[in-house]
Amino acid sequence: MEHKTKRIPVKHIIGFILSLALTIVAAWAALGSDLPKGWVITGIMVLAVIQAAIQLFMFMHMTESASGNGHIPWNMMFHGFVIVAIVVAGSLFTMSYGFGHHHNDSPAHQQQHGEHMHD
Amino acid sequence: MSEQNFSSGPLEYQTEQSRLNILGFWIFLAAELALFSTLFATYAVLSGRTADAPAPFELFEPTSTLIMTFLLLTSSFTCGIAVHEMRNGSKKGLLTWLIVTLLLGFAFLGFEIDEFITYVHEGATLQSSAYWSAFFILAGTHGLHVTLGAGWMILLVIQLMQRGITRVTSRKVFIVSLYWHFLDVVWIFIFTSVYLIGMVM
Repeated sequence: MEHKTKRIPVKHIIGFILSLALTIVAAWAALGSDLPKGWVITGIMVLAVIQAAIQLFMFMHMTESASGNGHIPWNMMFHGFVIVAIVVAGSLFTMSYGFGHHHNDSPAHQQQHGEHMHD
Repeated sequence: MSEQNFSSGPLEYQTEQSRLNILGFWIFLAAELALFSTLFATYAVLSGRTADAPAPFELFEPTSTLIMTFLLLTSSFTCGIAVHEMRNGSKKGLLTWLIVTLLLGFAFLGFEIDEFITYVHEGATLQSSAYWSAFFILAGTHGLHVTLGAGWMILLVIQLMQRGITRVTSRKVFIVSLYWHFLDVVWIFIFTSVYLIGMVM
């Protein structure tokens, strides 16, 4: 049988090295750097999305033409990601930022009452 | 869809049945995304609600978390190599890399179980607070998926030993590899949004 596959899986090796590098960068940003918290959280979430894209495109054969491009329901995967965004962002918005100011965890509140005020 | 164009491509795409199975599995993964999104949302909303139990940054261990992440990333890579070997027609290579993937998966599970036991001894259990309930359900659901994936892969290794690489077994290997990569994607988000952010806050 004829094989078009290359002997050395270059794409996989590049994807693997990239994913290791991104993990190390994310861990350093969170644990080893003095960057502001807001920047760290935004930054590592962006790194996680890049990592996920590496898995999807370099390991999961998402753009493979050998299947006639018929094996991935792009519309459904897109809907899946949209549902994730709505559920997570929507829950956070309504539960943490939207309504009800009775929580003790807003920064202004903590400043007013000093550091030893906790629930 | 017609059959004519696929006989020269990879074995797992060569029958209509296989292509439909792979398509169906992607739909399943989209549904899994929805499942995990609810768990992530619950976790995000309840973060900080630790009540009298220890806070996450008191218990999270950077070293073991990083080891777990590297184990799972590597297992995702070796699983990709297994599919690559399968496409080269090497049954031996396929089995070797699948078994390496399994061992890495079990090492990951070992670390996770050990971590959970430590937390329970430190007073953070499923019942101790809203935060820890959300944590154990999120990480535990992922761990359960890895366990199921490992069991599935063991059965597949046995079948490959008996039947070799055929149109049917190659499709099954391809689908289990999609599942395994997907679990790695979920773990990346658990690693980032649970462990790293938990240690930053």
